[in-house]
Amino acid sequence: MTAHAFIFYVFAVTTLAGGLMTVISRNPVHSVLWLILSFLSSAGLFVLLGAEFVAMLLVIVYVGAVAVLFLFVVMMLDVDFAELKAEMARYMPLALLIGLIIIMQLAIAFGVWHVDAGASGRIAAPITGIDNTRAIGLLLYDRYFLLFQLAGMILLVAMIGAIVLTLRHRQDVKRQDALAQMFRDPAKTLAILDVTPGQGVTAPIEGARQ
Amino acid sequence: MIGVEHYLTVSAALFVIGIFGLFLNRKNIIILLMSLELILLAVNINFVAFSSFMGDLVGQIFTLFVLTVAAAEAAIGLAILVCFFRNRGTIDVEDVNVMKG
Repeated sequence: MTAHAFIFYVFAVTTLAGGLMTVISRNPVHSVLWLILSFLSSAGLFVLLGAEFVAMLLVIVYVGAVAVLFLFVVMMLDVDFAELKAEMARYMPLALLIGLIIIMQLAIAFGVWHVDAGASGRIAAPITGIDNTRAIGLLLYDRYFLLFQLAGMILLVAMIGAIVLTLRHRQDVKRQDALAQMFRDPAKTLAILDVTPGQGVTAPIEGARQ
Repeated sequence: MIGVEHYLTVSAALFVIGIFGLFLNRKNIIILLMSLELILLAVNINFVAFSSFMGDLVGQIFTLFVLTVAAAEAAIGLAILVCFFRNRGTIDVEDVNVMKG
């Protein structure tokens, strides 16, 4: 077994084990951590495939942003997860059955799949002298620029949507009202009093602070 | 020698694990979203494997867009989840029908 094959099998087994543990783990925090392991090892698979840019993007975007977002939400919500997990045994037979059916379908499709004899001649020659990130940049900022802009649009809409959904204006907290502060008239709210010792004062102006 | 078939096998297995998770965690939306991420990861492995073995970079470009949409989907999904939890105090999927379309 060559080193390449060995590394492939290590990453493949880690990816699948991470995915499986994500699904069957009892604690959602553990689930997120297994998901992160799965993403990291599939980034390793991508590096093996020569797609370094996508691999690093997976580490940065998925592990750095999405998985941490999941972690935040799991820890913020005060949910009794044991109760939710108690139902898991009930759905296990159905889940196993459907998983088995899909894996058999994929195996059938895989069994009849073969590479056409002339296919290898039609494959483009491997690009040399230009690294993966630069090649993707040349393609993305040139031929797929519209799609790139639309992807930015999607992210903007998602950001605004997430903020609108989670923003809540609480009525029971005190807030600063800048306009009310600016339009407050000193003549109506301030008074200079000559206080006699031992007697104290009552508020002579309506609304003034005592 | 590791060929494209090996990567496709990993991808198919990860896809099935994702589907399995969808059916196994019927009640817990957080795990459902994670299963969706696993399914999309399997799709990405497929794209990148074919892209690499056919010498065509378009597969990797498409992977970028899949990643973008998956990130947007996760953000919106979690926002809906937080909103739902605030209103109902639970994240049980069976209670989601309060809106009754």
